[in-house]
Amino acid sequence: MLGTLFTILFLLSLYFSVLSGTEVQAGNALLLGAQEAIPFCLTITGSLCFWSAWMELAERCGVAQKLSDLLRPLLRRLFPHSAQSVEILSALSENLSANLLGLGNAATPAGIRAARGMAGLGAAGRDELCLLVVLNTASLQLIPGTIAAVRGAAGAEAPFDIMPAVWLSSLLSVGAGLGAAALFKRRWRFFR
Amino acid sequence: MALLSLTPLLLLALLCLYARLRGHDVYAALLEGAEKGLRLTLDLSPALVLLFALIYALRASGLSDYLGSLAAPLLRRLGVPEETALLMLLRPLSGSGALAAATELIERFGADSLIGRTAAVMIGSSETTFYVIAVYFSAAGVRETRWAIPAALCADLACFLSAAWICRLLWS
Repeated sequence: MLGTLFTILFLLSLYFSVLSGTEVQAGNALLLGAQEAIPFCLTITGSLCFWSAWMELAERCGVAQKLSDLLRPLLRRLFPHSAQSVEILSALSENLSANLLGLGNAATPAGIRAARGMAGLGAAGRDELCLLVVLNTASLQLIPGTIAAVRGAAGAEAPFDIMPAVWLSSLLSVGAGLGAAALFKRRWRFFR
Repeated sequence: MALLSLTPLLLLALLCLYARLRGHDVYAALLEGAEKGLRLTLDLSPALVLLFALIYALRASGLSDYLGSLAAPLLRRLGVPEETALLMLLRPLSGSGALAAATELIERFGADSLIGRTAAVMIGSSETTFYVIAVYFSAAGVRETRWAIPAALCADLACFLSAAWICRLLWS
């Protein structure tokens, strides 16, 4: 899928540069972009490593575990069918808490475990699988480390001052996703 | 504002103290985490080289301006900066592509500009929707995605709109 997108975008930029007579600029920009990617990676590497270090410590002291215990009552309400299984519930809470802490490497395997369990639960399980996917497509990260590193590299006065805006926007997006899921679920049965 | 800037330091100090009191090897954990971060940027960099080249070319060819002007009447009415059109288009499809597009905006307009902040909040509060859907459904062995895609796209739309509105409210 990414290959197709890449091809389309390259063809479009060729078409537009010929159309607007900017062939030279576009050709130069291609090389300039490739060249600037590496210094960019270097400027964000330091702060990314730093955040990753603290997240590792938090995970080792059991912060992720505590958070996932706190999330269980909420998840029981959102996934009433799957939560009856202890394994699925613990995979779900692990997935959500790792997402909140920005531990992408831990979130995906836990989410996949939950998804596999749900797939075996029949129609109700597959409804809840859709909900799990919607929850995972809306980012729930508490500390937006990567983009804060980008802002810091670009000279932001306080790279993390966007955090309240990110939280609010994440919450609204999750709310919209859950609302849309509830609505479409009803419609879906109607269409069938 | 001063309190908000102090929060990371305060949290880290408390975490350190807590871990030490529970008898963890704080330094070893931090080192290993930092190494994981290094591996993350190393994994990210090949994709970023390709996508930076693409984004710069898209911008120089005039496509991203064209896209912005095409969507401008609608976006202006919704209160979303039209410069973020390419970013919003790429966000559900490619995480590195969207990061490259956001970085281009942040560098061009400034990290503390309204457009730079809007781009940052959009990236921070959304995910690579289609990638997540593909990973979960294929891992679970379920072929029918049912209403997951429309619902996830509704969440993305809400994210972009609220990011633009919140940034305008707070920083314009």
